[in-house]
Amino acid sequence: MWKFLLPFAAFLALVVLFAFGLNPKRDIHALPSPLIGKPAPLFSLSQVNDPTGTVTNKSLQGQVYVLNVWGTWCPECRVEHPALLAISKQNVVPIIGIDWSIDHGDGERQKAKQWLEQLGNPYSEVAFDQDGRTVIDWGVTAAPETFLVDGHGRVIYKFVSAVTGEVWEHEFLPRIAAARRAGA
Amino acid sequence: MRALAAVLLAAGIAGFWVDAPAAPQAPAAAALDANGQLVDPALQARFEAVTKNLRCLVCQNESIADSNADLAGDLRRQVREMLVAGKSDDDIFKFMTDRYGDFVRFSPPLEPKTLLIWGAPFFMVLFGGFIVMRIARQRAHMPID
Repeated sequence: MWKFLLPFAAFLALVVLFAFGLNPKRDIHALPSPLIGKPAPLFSLSQVNDPTGTVTNKSLQGQVYVLNVWGTWCPECRVEHPALLAISKQNVVPIIGIDWSIDHGDGERQKAKQWLEQLGNPYSEVAFDQDGRTVIDWGVTAAPETFLVDGHGRVIYKFVSAVTGEVWEHEFLPRIAAARRAGA
Repeated sequence: MRALAAVLLAAGIAGFWVDAPAAPQAPAAAALDANGQLVDPALQARFEAVTKNLRCLVCQNESIADSNADLAGDLRRQVREMLVAGKSDDDIFKFMTDRYGDFVRFSPPLEPKTLLIWGAPFFMVLFGGFIVMRIARQRAHMPID
């Protein structure tokens, strides 16, 4: 009996392991964000366009909004930019940009200004994170990363890498509609 | 006395500039020596232990102690500041896992969903022992030829 059952049990265990482990839909580099369902980290930063002005998400409480972390040093962000422009033209939700100065230099601010002038500005407001602290609070590992915050101020979705029209339609729009239906 | 204070201050500033030139208001500045190390050796030892156990999420198999990624530098600054502010190692790990998830730690916490990871080695040793014992018993019954 053992001679038959033991290999069979081992075989079943392997089948289960492979079914999970080799699933082609599973992205082994994807990291679940611990932020999902939690209150969005609050920030108050200077504006990219005006160092004396501030951008904060405190004033957005009660609204559904998108937060996009980017930087001019990030090639994927350039890929993403046209999609963000198209999305902003739909006027569905405010898109807050956080320009991440990865080397803590102020030069990034100038480059970001140029970027927005030359390529267009999809953001309702653009904050400048010079010391990288806000980006750490949001658990960002590599730009671009895009978050969706609901009307209760909770992070409900995070997308890593460049947002495309398709991603916007299939991942963001249904969640935005659901968040609004939920009375926010 | 004043000269000594000036020297210490200069060393602090020098160490600080090596480390993070863009934010002169960082509180960790005064606690660093000229090499960017924490002046208190106990804190420096804890700093090394903690950063070795935190994963650099940009280059996932390196710790933030080893990584050259900019984000790893920012996270090292965070750890240093929290140590200087008197936070415990657990506070620091909690800060990191609250933002980056359990994956940021090289040693996962013991939880129901990580039971397999922690239990597997013990299970394998027991299972192997069981097989060895069975074989040994069988052989014990074999005639010696």
